[in-house]
Amino acid sequence: MQSLSPNLPPDKQREMLRRMLTIRRFEERASADYLAGKIYGVVHCYIGEEAVAVGVCSALEREDRIISTHRGHGHCIAKGADLNRMMAELYGRQTGYCKGKGGSMHIADFGIGMLGANGIVAGGIAIVTGAGLAAQMEGKGGVAVSFFGDGASNAGPFHECVNIAATWKLPMLYVCENNMYAAQTAAAATHALSDVAARAAGYGIPGVVVDGNDIFAVYQAANRAVDRARSGDGPTLIECKTYRWRAHTERRGQPDPRDPGEREAWQRKDPIGQLERQLRDQGDLDDPGMEAMERDIREALEAAVAFAEASPFPTPEQATEDAFAA
Amino acid sequence: MRELTYNEAAVEAVAEEMRRDPKIFYMSTDALPPLLREFGAERVRATPITEAALTGMAIGAAGCGFRPIVDWRQVTFCFVAMDQIVNQAAKIHYMFGGQVTFPILYRAAVGGGGKVAAQHSQSPYSMFMNVAGLKMFLPSTPHDIKGLLKTAIRDNNPVISFESSRLMTRKGPVPEEDYTIQFGKADVKHEGNEVTVVALAWLVHEALAAAEEFAKEGISVEVVDPRTLVPLDVETIRSSVQKTGRLVIADEAGPTAGFSAEVAAVVTEDAATFARLKAPVKRVCALQVPIPYSPVLEDHVFPDRKRIIAAIREVLQEGGPAEAA
Repeated sequence: MQSLSPNLPPDKQREMLRRMLTIRRFEERASADYLAGKIYGVVHCYIGEEAVAVGVCSALEREDRIISTHRGHGHCIAKGADLNRMMAELYGRQTGYCKGKGGSMHIADFGIGMLGANGIVAGGIAIVTGAGLAAQMEGKGGVAVSFFGDGASNAGPFHECVNIAATWKLPMLYVCENNMYAAQTAAAATHALSDVAARAAGYGIPGVVVDGNDIFAVYQAANRAVDRARSGDGPTLIECKTYRWRAHTERRGQPDPRDPGEREAWQRKDPIGQLERQLRDQGDLDDPGMEAMERDIREALEAAVAFAEASPFPTPEQATEDAFAA
Repeated sequence: MRELTYNEAAVEAVAEEMRRDPKIFYMSTDALPPLLREFGAERVRATPITEAALTGMAIGAAGCGFRPIVDWRQVTFCFVAMDQIVNQAAKIHYMFGGQVTFPILYRAAVGGGGKVAAQHSQSPYSMFMNVAGLKMFLPSTPHDIKGLLKTAIRDNNPVISFESSRLMTRKGPVPEEDYTIQFGKADVKHEGNEVTVVALAWLVHEALAAAEEFAKEGISVEVVDPRTLVPLDVETIRSSVQKTGRLVIADEAGPTAGFSAEVAAVVTEDAATFARLKAPVKRVCALQVPIPYSPVLEDHVFPDRKRIIAAIREVLQEGGPAEAA
């Protein structure tokens, strides 16, 4: 059951839909190109969890900062990253966000406050807590958001950083994307409590559980947390219950031990389908509008792939560039 | 010239830089009283004992335009932060295509001699030298620590300042005026032409004492202090060995894959230097064990001037005109 639409202009609601759909179409393309051998290494898809990144980032300003995980495309797109440079990075090209040195797991765009995807589970939590400290010291009302999974919530940096942020009242949102699996291990097997948000009590901060497939529920929780952070009252832990539709990575032949019935049940709660239906019910979206959105996204992705394919690979000599900053 | 202790010179370097640049702030598990008094609790932060969090927070703050200093205190305390050091701080600038800089200073006391046993005595710098993306130094004098710290704080990369526990209260001349010491510049602490001793930190002083002993015998020993470990001044080391033809490397760390091994390699892999070697390279290092507590054991584990002297005699005996000594 989708939350009632908050008092948001229809344009903003359609923009939320467009961003979620962009994430999904981007990853469908990335997955296909990965399986076609055009993208290397490893690709982790966020499909099914789009409402979390877009719901939270819709409550932020451009100057606010976020950090992501190994499953990072969604957070990049939600924060406004350039699809051409993202795709070029996946293709390992010079024009990519990291000049071909990072790949899928390491896309960052500091210019839009996206402090990077991170290949180490819980690896980004301390870094973005430092961004929260920076925002507090800057005194301009900025906030910082740590996206992490249920797996990371069991790692030391989560606890260390939430404690510091709570003690120093840092303007932080800790957003746990609980997709119920840490790689292939069920959260139920590794968590003593069913709700990660319950841990907030141990640090004296608010902890809220939201339906992570309901973008307005996510948005409203994020908005409250952002208000609290901006007014100097400190961090909030938001747990978004959601589900990853695809396997842990796009690797062919990788076993997916999860129950197919479980996936089907979550697919019926598709965050994109829910928002689309709601916008239609409100009279804010019709067939031509939806088709135009799909077409625009498809064209943008075709352009991104064309940009990537037309971009040069790095030269071997560039391997030693940027080892140190000047 | 006025004299300061090694520790006083270090604190003075930090204070001067903090006065110069308001973007610098300091985090450690206890606030340093002189810094706290001058700069207040906002810029000199006493933190929970969470080195992993502090190490990572410095990266985030640096990426947002600040210039953080994190004092790990004992180097052994930073091992809980290895993910943040190795996977994050060292790689982030390169991995993100150089899009922003991460000016961070990490400080850590290294070495032994304090009878505090294995978890508070270690010289693990070669572990960090092995990680691409970090600069680091290990000074031997109050003058050098002040100049190197100021350079480190102004550098736009993560830098680790390894600081010798044994030297904290040792005094030496420190100029009043502002100065920095360039990274990658070794200092020839004593000139000589028959044997080169490349030594670090406390062992620079032990090597100088050895050089004095040999001077009485008319044997001339050169003592080279690399000061920075990354970047390493390979040039100065090689040209000293080309001059003397003999090399002893003295390091308070163990020998295995250590700083001493790196120096031996850069000397022997260079044809021009190798051709001048009159004797095999000799290393004087700690024994390859965790540092023990009892004074008898600890003193036995660490190298000192006696072992440096013995090593110098050995390389002198391996042929060459000074054999008579």
